[in-house]
Amino acid sequence: MKVMWFHLMPYTELPADFRDKHPSVWVDIHSTLFDPKRAHHMYNDFMDELEYAAECGFDAVCVNEHHSNGYGLMPSPNLIASALARRTTDTALCVMGNSLALYNPPTRVAEEFAMIDCISGGRLIAGFPVGTPMDTCYAYGTNPSMLREKYMEAHDLVMRAWTEKETFAFNGRFNQQRYVNIWPRPVQEPHPPVWIPGGGSVETWQWCAKMDYVYCYLSYYGYKAGLKTMQGFWNEMEKLGKDRNPYRAGFLQFVGVAETRSEAIERYAEAAEYFYGRCLHVDLKYASPPGYNTEATQRVGLESQVRAAAEAAVDPAKGKDALAAQGTTGSTTGTRFGMVARTMEDIVDRGYVIVGSPKDVEEQLREVATNMNVGHLMLLLQYGNMSKELAKYNTRLFADKVMPKLRPMFSEWEDKWWPKAMEKSTRAELPTFSPKAEAAE
Amino acid sequence: MSEPKTTTIEINGHPCRVWSKGSGPKIGWFAGFGGLPRWTPFLDELAKSRTVIAPSLPGTPGATGHTLLDTHLDWICAVRDMIVKTGLEGADLAGSSVGGSLAAEFAAMWPHKVRKLVLIAPFGLYDEADPPADVWAQKPDDQPGLLCANPQVWKDYKAVPAGANSVEWPIEQIRASEAAARIFWPLGNTQLVKRLPTIIAPTLLLWGAEDRLMPRSYADRFARAIKGETTIRTIASAGHLAELDQPEATARAILDFTA
Repeated sequence: MKVMWFHLMPYTELPADFRDKHPSVWVDIHSTLFDPKRAHHMYNDFMDELEYAAECGFDAVCVNEHHSNGYGLMPSPNLIASALARRTTDTALCVMGNSLALYNPPTRVAEEFAMIDCISGGRLIAGFPVGTPMDTCYAYGTNPSMLREKYMEAHDLVMRAWTEKETFAFNGRFNQQRYVNIWPRPVQEPHPPVWIPGGGSVETWQWCAKMDYVYCYLSYYGYKAGLKTMQGFWNEMEKLGKDRNPYRAGFLQFVGVAETRSEAIERYAEAAEYFYGRCLHVDLKYASPPGYNTEATQRVGLESQVRAAAEAAVDPAKGKDALAAQGTTGSTTGTRFGMVARTMEDIVDRGYVIVGSPKDVEEQLREVATNMNVGHLMLLLQYGNMSKELAKYNTRLFADKVMPKLRPMFSEWEDKWWPKAMEKSTRAELPTFSPKAEAAE
Repeated sequence: MSEPKTTTIEINGHPCRVWSKGSGPKIGWFAGFGGLPRWTPFLDELAKSRTVIAPSLPGTPGATGHTLLDTHLDWICAVRDMIVKTGLEGADLAGSSVGGSLAAEFAAMWPHKVRKLVLIAPFGLYDEADPPADVWAQKPDDQPGLLCANPQVWKDYKAVPAGANSVEWPIEQIRASEAAARIFWPLGNTQLVKRLPTIIAPTLLLWGAEDRLMPRSYADRFARAIKGETTIRTIASAGHLAELDQPEATARAILDFTA
């Protein structure tokens, strides 16, 4: 099992009345809520936390891309990843990822990822998300009707830029370049492992299978809501004749660990309620630009609505469950945002955040990983307005008491999608950096 | 209200439904945002004295093929192909909203192929001093009131008809919105203002008095830029899609102008 430490970099000082006074955490969140001098401290705390996670022995540190977003302060995760490349030694750097359609030309992604791979000595995991509607269509103005076509074309361009040995001309629908020849080129041959964060669309699963990429389900709604999606993924892999290697998949899970379950609830309630209450407050008008969801995905969603409504007509109690389930597994961003649990009791009850003693958390994560058959566990151990002190406590306790128990899982399988770094003896020394003894704190 | 005659033409290899009805001189109709999911009382009014020919734009109900169109020139060429194949060259041309913008493009590119032009609150221009509303950033409950003065009119227009497929019908309606987005995302500015000075057809600019999407100031912007003689008329108690809110008054204004 690979245990990975993920940071969203949320702005930690949104006001308590944010949800009442402001329409959205995303797209048009007001500039007056952002204090750059406070953000200076947030960024430095967050980068300390990522470096600390690496020191504690997590297999990877993960960063991602968001725009105009109060819970994701990384418009460019590549900036953070390059800093981490100089402050970590053996930890994989998972950039989850660059939204390909937003880069003009997309060879920028091939170049920057190659830089990170060179600086880190081949430790990069290259994530290629389509990106959310809020990031891509609204904040960046990309046409929702062309987003996926542009994404696929950009992917093809990046892969060719990484792998072809001669300068070539790229004659695409959306990108035309006479001379494609990136310098630098990635350390990893033929290219860094590619991971695809996605929702539950069959087309994405099929594409990951065809390309031999890792599929990651990055949901904020935990294992209970995610189980159906991951089962769908594995059913599709079986249909396509792929093995059940758990390293084909990644899953995101919030965790809060303490000495006891009640202590964990007490310690992490504020941060969890801050995240689900303030950070996931998104104006629904930005949730469904037409064309963002493919027609196949729309069809699946509409058919399940029709089924749920039919069940409700026959058996109101059962139908209510089916309709409620759509709130967290629904096919659109809007249906999910519309039904988020906001109190700690509901957050824990629905499985958004796994809390408990090290033993509780280990047992739950073991069950999650087994049921979902997921070999890449991407953990959020800092979330919402959690302080650096608490984030480090959570990280350290998890690393000491939970991680060693989970690591042996899936040892019968090979992780073919993990970075292949240069031999340690051949890598550059980092003379300006000596890990502090923070691990001993 | 009787049903129109349905024929199919092919645009870029995709089927495109053409509805026609009535007798008398031809008038072409390009529908507004959302396309033509059903025949309307407005078109019936026009058909009382004119031969109404209404081709569906790619991606709107009755037609596919919008995903082949990547540039604005692709759209303009598709519209020209539709006009040629439906025998509308030289006829009067009317369009609303999304369709109005493309009717204006045709009249600008082929100025001698349009007799008279009618534009109902067309897309295509953007002035940051008085921006149009963002039709694609609306909560589902807010969209009907943005498009029609009476929101119920829009809801009825888009409601699933008895016997229609309850899964495919809504997908078609989203596809129509997507097709419009494909042309006009994000601001609706297609640089049409540069081409308006080549329009020589006498042009009627119609505006719903309660248009909450396209500000009335755009009527003046269009009128200033178009070379042909222009007339601006406002339809009372009508929203952005004036032809849906006030079918008779809108049809009457068009018939008077093109008489």
